Amino acid sequence: MSESHPTTAAAAGAPETHDHPVDFNSYMRRCAIIFGCVLIAVALMIWTSYLPEDPFSWAKKVAIILVIASCNAFIVAGYLMHLLSERKMVYTILGFTVSFVIGLFALTIYAMNDFPRNTVIH
Amino acid sequence: MDIPYTVEARPDTGLYNAKVGIWLFLASEVMLFGGLFSAYILLRVGAEPGTWPHGWQNIVLGTVNTVVLALSAITTLMAWVACKVREFGKFKFFHACTLLLALTFLCIKAVEYSEHLNHYEIILTDGRIADGDMVSNDPAQDHVVIKGRVLEAKDENKLYDLRAQKDIPESEITIQRSQIAQMDNYGPWHNTYLALYFTLTGLHALHICGGSIVIGYLWGPGRKLWKKDPERFTNRVEVSGLFWHFVDLVWIFLFPVLYLT
Repeated sequence: MSESHPTTAAAAGAPETHDHPVDFNSYMRRCAIIFGCVLIAVALMIWTSYLPEDPFSWAKKVAIILVIASCNAFIVAGYLMHLLSERKMVYTILGFTVSFVIGLFALTIYAMNDFPRNTVIH
Repeated sequence: MDIPYTVEARPDTGLYNAKVGIWLFLASEVMLFGGLFSAYILLRVGAEPGTWPHGWQNIVLGTVNTVVLALSAITTLMAWVACKVREFGKFKFFHACTLLLALTFLCIKAVEYSEHLNHYEIILTDGRIADGDMVSNDPAQDHVVIKGRVLEAKDENKLYDLRAQKDIPESEITIQRSQIAQMDNYGPWHNTYLALYFTLTGLHALHICGGSIVIGYLWGPGRKLWKKDPERFTNRVEVSGLFWHFVDLVWIFLFPVLYLT
């Protein structure tokens, strides 16, 4: 068997698991754009962390940085992991996971103020 | 006996079985890292103002590692695309790149760990605190030498924000062993922040190692399957790639949380 055929998967007769044929060059272009976006996101996060304390409080800076990180994660998950074009089954699994994670974080926040009766707080 | 649905999609899920399996596994991984992240948030928010370490990480190395991991995610995807278009040579090239990038990531992480383990806080008998990188700690000698600074006990909080002290010059300080009341390095035992830092990044590095083993197997002995059943091999590459992207996703949050905030 030859190890190399310069063609698309559809032309090679391979079973398709996605709705569109895979094209090597278009993926290369897409990856270059994604990599550029990741670099910009990283640069923005670092720049934000060095913003002066006066107008930007620590909480504000953390919020901005986490929003940028979330955008970065969306790009990676959406395009590199093909989450934007996945089957319903995957979304169902992720839906359950997200609800459990929200519950986990909510319980953590709740626990911060859940002291036993008569606890002395300094 | 053939294992069903290794290539074609199951009618009820619309996916081949390994893909359902990896997504379920990734869901459990989200909970694992989610628990650790929530522990970090709880302890970070609960810390007294000014007592949580800031600027203790090497941002340059962290940034390089972020870029390295992002690049490895790209090469993993391109390895899968190469399989899809039946370009096995390109697959080998891209997966070799992924392995090299993973190795680079781990080497940089090792450098960061060694920096922490070589950084000492020494409490002197008169209450002052010496903080810096160990230069000489020969048990045969009656003194140690560090490159750093000495602070008064009342200025202990200054140690928490190393970024604010970057303009203060460091010098080589010789300390007699008889003057040392307590000495320990910046390992996971030093404080809560470093315990979380080593736990989170250590667990993440273990995932990098695990992913590298799988990718290495597919690049090496596992590629025999390519000749027998290329589509099934491609699916294996896709599944390993999904795991690798997840590892990248975890780092996307670890980097800002541990290095920048």
